[in-house]
Amino acid sequence: MKAANDLDWGNPTLNKKTIQALGFTLLRLISLLTVLPILGIVVYIAVKGGSSISWEFLTAMPRDGMRAGGILPAIVGTFYLMLGTAAFSIPLGLAAGIYLSEYSNDNSWTRLLRIAIISLAGVPSVVYGLFGLGLFVLFFKFGISILSASLTLSIMTLPVIISTTEEAMRSVPYQFRIVGVSLGGTQWQTIRKLILPQALPGIITGIILGLERAVGETAPILFTGATFFLPRLPSSPMDATMALPYHIFVISTQVPGMPIQIQYGTVLVLMVFVLGMNLAASLIRSRARARRQW
Amino acid sequence: MPDPKISIRDLYIRYSDGRVVLDGVTYDILRNQINVAFGPAGGGKSSFVRVLNRLIDLADVAEIRGQVLMDGRDLLAPDIDVIELRRKMGVVFSRPIPLPLTIYGNLSFGLEVAGMRDKSVMDERVEKALREAVLWDEVKDRLNDPASSLSGGQQQRLCIARVLVLEPEVILLDEPTSALDPVTTAKIEEFLDKAKEQYTIFLVPHNQQQASRMADYAGFFLQGKLVEYGTGEQMFLNPHEQQTRDYVTGRFG
Amino acid sequence: MNKKFQENLISNAIRIAGSSSIIFILLIFLFLLREGLPALTEVAPKDLFNTRWYPIEGLFGLLPLLSGSLIVTVFSILIALPLGVGTAIYIGEIAPRRVNEILKPTIEILAGIPSVVLGFIGILVLSPFMRETFNLPTGLTAFTGAFLLALISIPTIVSIAEDALYAVPKTYRDAAYALGASQWQVIWGVVVPAARTGILTAVMLGVGRSLGETMAVMMVTGNAPTMFSGLNSFISPIRTMTATIASEMGEVASGSTHYHVLFFIGILLFIFSLIINVSSANSIKKRTAKSRAQVVS
Repeated sequence: MKAANDLDWGNPTLNKKTIQALGFTLLRLISLLTVLPILGIVVYIAVKGGSSISWEFLTAMPRDGMRAGGILPAIVGTFYLMLGTAAFSIPLGLAAGIYLSEYSNDNSWTRLLRIAIISLAGVPSVVYGLFGLGLFVLFFKFGISILSASLTLSIMTLPVIISTTEEAMRSVPYQFRIVGVSLGGTQWQTIRKLILPQALPGIITGIILGLERAVGETAPILFTGATFFLPRLPSSPMDATMALPYHIFVISTQVPGMPIQIQYGTVLVLMVFVLGMNLAASLIRSRARARRQW
Repeated sequence: MPDPKISIRDLYIRYSDGRVVLDGVTYDILRNQINVAFGPAGGGKSSFVRVLNRLIDLADVAEIRGQVLMDGRDLLAPDIDVIELRRKMGVVFSRPIPLPLTIYGNLSFGLEVAGMRDKSVMDERVEKALREAVLWDEVKDRLNDPASSLSGGQQQRLCIARVLVLEPEVILLDEPTSALDPVTTAKIEEFLDKAKEQYTIFLVPHNQQQASRMADYAGFFLQGKLVEYGTGEQMFLNPHEQQTRDYVTGRFG
Repeated sequence: MNKKFQENLISNAIRIAGSSSIIFILLIFLFLLREGLPALTEVAPKDLFNTRWYPIEGLFGLLPLLSGSLIVTVFSILIALPLGVGTAIYIGEIAPRRVNEILKPTIEILAGIPSVVLGFIGILVLSPFMRETFNLPTGLTAFTGAFLLALISIPTIVSIAEDALYAVPKTYRDAAYALGASQWQVIWGVVVPAARTGILTAVMLGVGRSLGETMAVMMVTGNAPTMFSGLNSFISPIRTMTATIASEMGEVASGSTHYHVLFFIGILLFIFSLIINVSSANSIKKRTAKSRAQVVS
């Protein structure tokens, strides 16, 4: 008598249930295999780098050709680049996202626009570096500077901010716009007072994630703004700057006699920077979901 | 017969997808009366409401013909200040749509976008509107609570107050009680009976009983055409047209 | 009147800003062309498609670089595909919610790790491991790079594949269950085939991500522009197109032939990524439209 669960393979041990159990275990293993390296990397860096982190490390200037002392200029430089990127990409990205969500119709221009945004999102980071070099450093003669690097990083960050802004705006119920307008508000007044505030958490999350990527990228700043030896902190946007990702690259590949502790410490600082932003974005996202008024 | 506040002449509306929702409708909205438009779904009544305050501008309309005259001006003309018009013609929708603001914020929104800055004047207007909408006593201690914390019936009265705070001339209501319980419905109908002394009311009722209860004057809309028009009494007790009679007696719904 | 003027000003500013992306992508393309096309006149095409890349001696054969990118990308997908799709299936179809609450954020963390950090770990941990385990002269090989690239592209693959699996209508699953299928059979017999376009898109985007990656590969693949020569190549140093640009751009004289050729490589990368991303986006759009239609009908 064959039970309903048996496959007609003539092999009584290989029934549906067994296959499923094996299969599920395989997938569990695969997921574990995917997750373990990630956790491993994070833990490893935290452990190896933790001992280098000290107040001096974070706030002092480097000495002895970067082999001792602190990494303050790299931290400050990364900060400046983040601010520069934010300054250009946030207003432009916000406006473009609002445009797509509130002002555009579904015509060929809009479709072309969306293709342009998708294309921008797909450009490899090193190609952004080339572009930044060609346009900002050489053509506009901004030179290797925070300005050139920020402009380059901004264009790279634009697609993320545009898409998350548009999505956040669209997720706000359409009825609010109708009510706003029927109470005598103009389109912009309705957007500014009703829609934008509700979309803000989603927008901020998108901005943080976009800036997070910009902070961690090396290739776009390689020939547009980053430098290794900087005797003092940058004092104007036209100065070149040190930056954490570039610093990590150089000290791990091109400096003989670089103490391993400094390398791990620097990597840990960048990781904390980036993962901290990740965490902030997640918190904002989940808090907003809980407090939604519709 | 009282004089018309708004005269609609030969109104014709066709959407981009080809549907003709209103086909040559001529209708007078009479001053300080409860004017009703009733009929089965798809009759064009909602589009009619949206033409009056130019909310129809937001929809995909292919063609509008005809005239909508209020105080001598054609509301369909391109040089009309639509924003000012919408303040004069408040609309209450079939579902309560509280804005994602506080109770106070819902009411002050319309005043703020109109440019009002004086908080004490705003406070006065807000209280006055809430009293008129018979909501003041229930919310006066929690004006800074989110509007979403109100019950459905309270929210709809909030929507009415939102309209009243702008001191409109006409109040348009599109099935305002369809999502509400009978007790709240009765309160709102009571409000409308009082309100007509000050405002002109245009009501699309959500069932026939409400139509016959409320109408001072009523028009029967069927598939975009105005089949018959008369006083409330006459339309529901003794309609002239066969189609009206069939609908009122429940032969079709 | 002031208010109307203000309103118009704002909406016009928004419209102009809204269209800025078109300007930027065109700018990028034009600049790449401006600086890269001269390579075609300065270097004979047959020399460009040569197998020797040795700029110091004026040899600009691109084939080793193309080969390097190809090897590393293909190999990384071989690793990332099963891991990524498998994890996506696990997350989407099998895992209980509490497991997902740990699993999904972890993958998001991976997505956030800067590639230079992965490269760093590659140099210090993976490369010595490779060298010792497989008894190689150096641990900086194509495989090392492929492994890192797999880590980099897995979050993309998981996320898009997960969306694709989620978009499969519940009715498909219900019908299969009603016919007596086990969950495993439903997954492989119904859900995955139904989601195959989306999964393919996920893989394509993963390929795009790998192809465009610079720092991680630059740090661990040994930077030797050699041609593919059999299975041995997987455990030998190679060099990708991206690494070439990144490592040589700094030392190149602006306007020189070398400079133009590097930009030309940039054009190639740009075009490859464009094709991958635009066709992926198209396929995602079609899928969302189709599933929306199914829900309605």
